[in-house]
Amino acid sequence: MRKKVIEVENLVKRFGHFTANDNLTFEVYEGEIFGFLGANGAGKTTAIRILSGLSSPTSGKVKVAGFDSGKQAEKIKKNIGYMCQKFSLYEDLTVKENIMLYGGIYGLSRSQIAERTGILLDKLRFREYENKLISELPLGLRQKLSFSVAVLHEPKIVFLDEPTGGVDPITRRQFWEMIYETAASGITVFVTTHYMDEAEYCDRISIMNEGRIVALDTPGNLKKQYNVSSVEEVFIKIARPDASHPPAPSPGSG
Amino acid sequence: MQKAIDTSAICKRFGNTTALSNISFSVNESEVFGFIGPDGAGKTTLMRIITTLMLPDSGDINVLGKNCRTEFKELRKEIGYMPGRFSLYQDLSVEENLEFYATVFGTSVKENYDLIYDIYSHIEPFKKRLAGKLSGGMKQKLALSCALIHKPRLLVLDEPTTGVDAVSRSEFWDMLGKLRQYNITILVSTPYMDEAMRCDRVALIQNGNLLAIDTPGEVRNGYGRKLFSVKSADKYKLIIALRSLNETITSFPFGESVHVTFKNDRIPENLNSLLQNQGINDALTEETEAGIEDRFLELMQTAGPSFVKTTEGKAARQ
Repeated sequence: MRKKVIEVENLVKRFGHFTANDNLTFEVYEGEIFGFLGANGAGKTTAIRILSGLSSPTSGKVKVAGFDSGKQAEKIKKNIGYMCQKFSLYEDLTVKENIMLYGGIYGLSRSQIAERTGILLDKLRFREYENKLISELPLGLRQKLSFSVAVLHEPKIVFLDEPTGGVDPITRRQFWEMIYETAASGITVFVTTHYMDEAEYCDRISIMNEGRIVALDTPGNLKKQYNVSSVEEVFIKIARPDASHPPAPSPGSG
Repeated sequence: MQKAIDTSAICKRFGNTTALSNISFSVNESEVFGFIGPDGAGKTTLMRIITTLMLPDSGDINVLGKNCRTEFKELRKEIGYMPGRFSLYQDLSVEENLEFYATVFGTSVKENYDLIYDIYSHIEPFKKRLAGKLSGGMKQKLALSCALIHKPRLLVLDEPTTGVDAVSRSEFWDMLGKLRQYNITILVSTPYMDEAMRCDRVALIQNGNLLAIDTPGEVRNGYGRKLFSVKSADKYKLIIALRSLNETITSFPFGESVHVTFKNDRIPENLNSLLQNQGINDALTEETEAGIEDRFLELMQTAGPSFVKTTEGKAARQ
């Protein structure tokens, strides 16, 4: 039986009269690549803030890496990593300085930082860049480095926000291989994205709509269930079922 | 037929960085033309040159029959430009922004309302709301309305769908399709390869070079080998195993499966047993059609950085 690293049961989050998360129940396993999808405003960000210990649920049970989201938020933060495409590294620090900074923030000891920096630089074949500023690195290399930094402290879970948006197809594939390798080592990878072709790479995906999870399965099963050939089509069919009937009539002649 | 955009050997450098090297291409009137390429490929620079906001270091460029260097003032009246970053006035309302843009171009919202109706009607119920308070999808619709309100002959959209959810993206492309009836030439850029299929023709751009220009279908057909999709529950193990085989040329993750090319363009007879030796017992292999992204990847690997290939079949190495 696979180990659960995220357990969410009847999670409700309200802001005043607005229900952002309406009774979410799902589990994510160790080493799984889980895609968390939904249209703008569906409630993804609220749920991710709760999962990462930045916000607590109004009601329901949320356990992340074995810790309770309401009471043990600080412990959760130590056991997760986060990378978003827009900002991850300090451009005016060098590669090495960024690694040291993040190692320090995640509470690694000096000797741990030194050891892992070496491993990381070798693995990425980054030795020649170690004293270069981030601003001098090509985008593809920055992406790989920011992912590596997000898992430097060997978290249980790493959250990725549109991890491969805007990168070239070769870098993109190298990046997914890094993600697969990370997952194979036992780290759970939690991906949020607007791009359904990224969702195709995940082991399982959930789709949120108006605060609820309306679908949760492997990309293959969902495509079969909705009888379509891509996750994009699944998403359009269920994330906004009224999308096929746009509110505006066609333009009149006058 | 007059070309909506005609460029020849455009170069642009910023310090030591070559943003565009020898870009030559043309866009036909009334076509939806896509610049497809990753961040940093040079798409925005090229759009800034086309919209007369920037001059190339060298090379010729004519837009709508006018010279971008000497006739930019007349030309600007005929171009609608939607930059990548939301650039409307956040502290003006939806309606005020639209009226402002109409006035700047010496027209009125009423005069060209039919052109924007299909787009603007989605946000008109919120016309008193400040632009800064709109959702991403609504901002995008307002920006498109403002870029269209003076009835431009050329519409230039820089990554209009970045950061927008899949439903809104799909709606956006439907709207662009409907603009065809007004004979507007549309130039649109995107880093998302799957959006290429919504264009009449596309240019694949990487590192300031054009890798290919053609219809999306022909770009895909240009894929040089037979492509196979292999599936297994353990994708990572599968990629590594495939790559270790003598018969494998390339092996890359692609969504749910791994895309592979083999020597002799056929599945090795003993593939399943070779994979079983490496602990993969559930491999399912079939031939598959190459997509735009497969072709882009192939061009990046094989064509080299400065190879330019055009529809006319000309190839030039500069």
